[in-house]
Amino acid sequence: MSARSSALARVLSLALTAVVLMVAAISFPFLDLDVQGRHNATSVIGAVLAFHNSWGLPLAIAVAGFIVILPLARLVALIYAIGPLVRGVQPRRFAREAFALAERLRPWSMAEIFMVGVTVALIKVAGLATVTIGPAFWAFAALVVITVLKDQLICRYSIWEALDSAKA
Amino acid sequence: MGSTRLSESLTTAREAGLVACRRCGQVDVITAAQCQRCGSPLQSRDDSSLQRVWAWLIAGMIVYIPANLYPMLLTRTLGHTSESTIVGGVIELIELGSYSVALIVFVASVVIPIGKFVAIIYLAVSVQRRSVLNMHQRHRLYEVIEFIGRWSMIDVFVVAILSALVQLDTIATINPGIAAVSFALSVIFTMLAAQSFDPRLIWDASRKAR
Repeated sequence: MSARSSALARVLSLALTAVVLMVAAISFPFLDLDVQGRHNATSVIGAVLAFHNSWGLPLAIAVAGFIVILPLARLVALIYAIGPLVRGVQPRRFAREAFALAERLRPWSMAEIFMVGVTVALIKVAGLATVTIGPAFWAFAALVVITVLKDQLICRYSIWEALDSAKA
Repeated sequence: MGSTRLSESLTTAREAGLVACRRCGQVDVITAAQCQRCGSPLQSRDDSSLQRVWAWLIAGMIVYIPANLYPMLLTRTLGHTSESTIVGGVIELIELGSYSVALIVFVASVVIPIGKFVAIIYLAVSVQRRSVLNMHQRHRLYEVIEFIGRWSMIDVFVVAILSALVQLDTIATINPGIAAVSFALSVIFTMLAAQSFDPRLIWDASRKAR
């Protein structure tokens, strides 16, 4: 395995890990609030839907996009584009478009910013109630770390070159 | 200065009859309309760049005003309702004694947005006036604002989490205020303004000046 394909394999494995963590992050409880015996648990989806009942669906859609849909779309597009390269076979159709999309969505996928927001929210609410951190919280935190590692590892020019040379 | 001399000795792609793809870096002849590699449209200079920058920027500045005037959070505890604005939320954190977190929120919701307005105005005006001063620093400034703009979203996510979490009927409820929407829009608009800016325009001034 050449240096380039092993680097690609590492990017691919991190991307697959991130997908698994994202699925965990949206399906498990995120935080649980307890005030004098009264509970309210929320998932990541719950945080998204918080805007739903008062100030408008557009913001709910935007928040869902920023923290779940766009990060997930980036991962899927990346896996689609570089998966065949790791195995050393022909890239799939629209592999270039998929990689271009993954790069284009980069500034709009805000999982790490969401995590900072969660931390601030926890501090604000700490005096008011007891907060229990759920498994989705840790999944999301791990997801942020994996995403940063993956983006650090990606050299977009090498991937474009790899897509070029695989075609020839 | 040194930087000016350096750029005078360089040949730009435009002068060489070439154009580089901004997405994938592939170089093509200047007449090419589409990148052969990734299919994105090629333009040696984006002529409508400044128009779009001003449009998004002005939209972003307009919605930033209600974002500061109206409440971000509506908190109801035991029948008592209180509203807090962006700055009010920062003051609340200071009263809680969380100075570092207060600083993070203040930087993300006040310093970065206002700094971004000023920086984008400065870049757009300097390009329109064909200023040759500090070209390298201006390019650096562009990279910084493009990178940092998205972090303003912190406060929107704080509101989202708080209003999802604190829903305990009579004891305490938190709901988002209209400022959350306008603040999110302001961040989105200024991100689009920064993305619309064509940094290659910065380097053109030195060419024209010669």
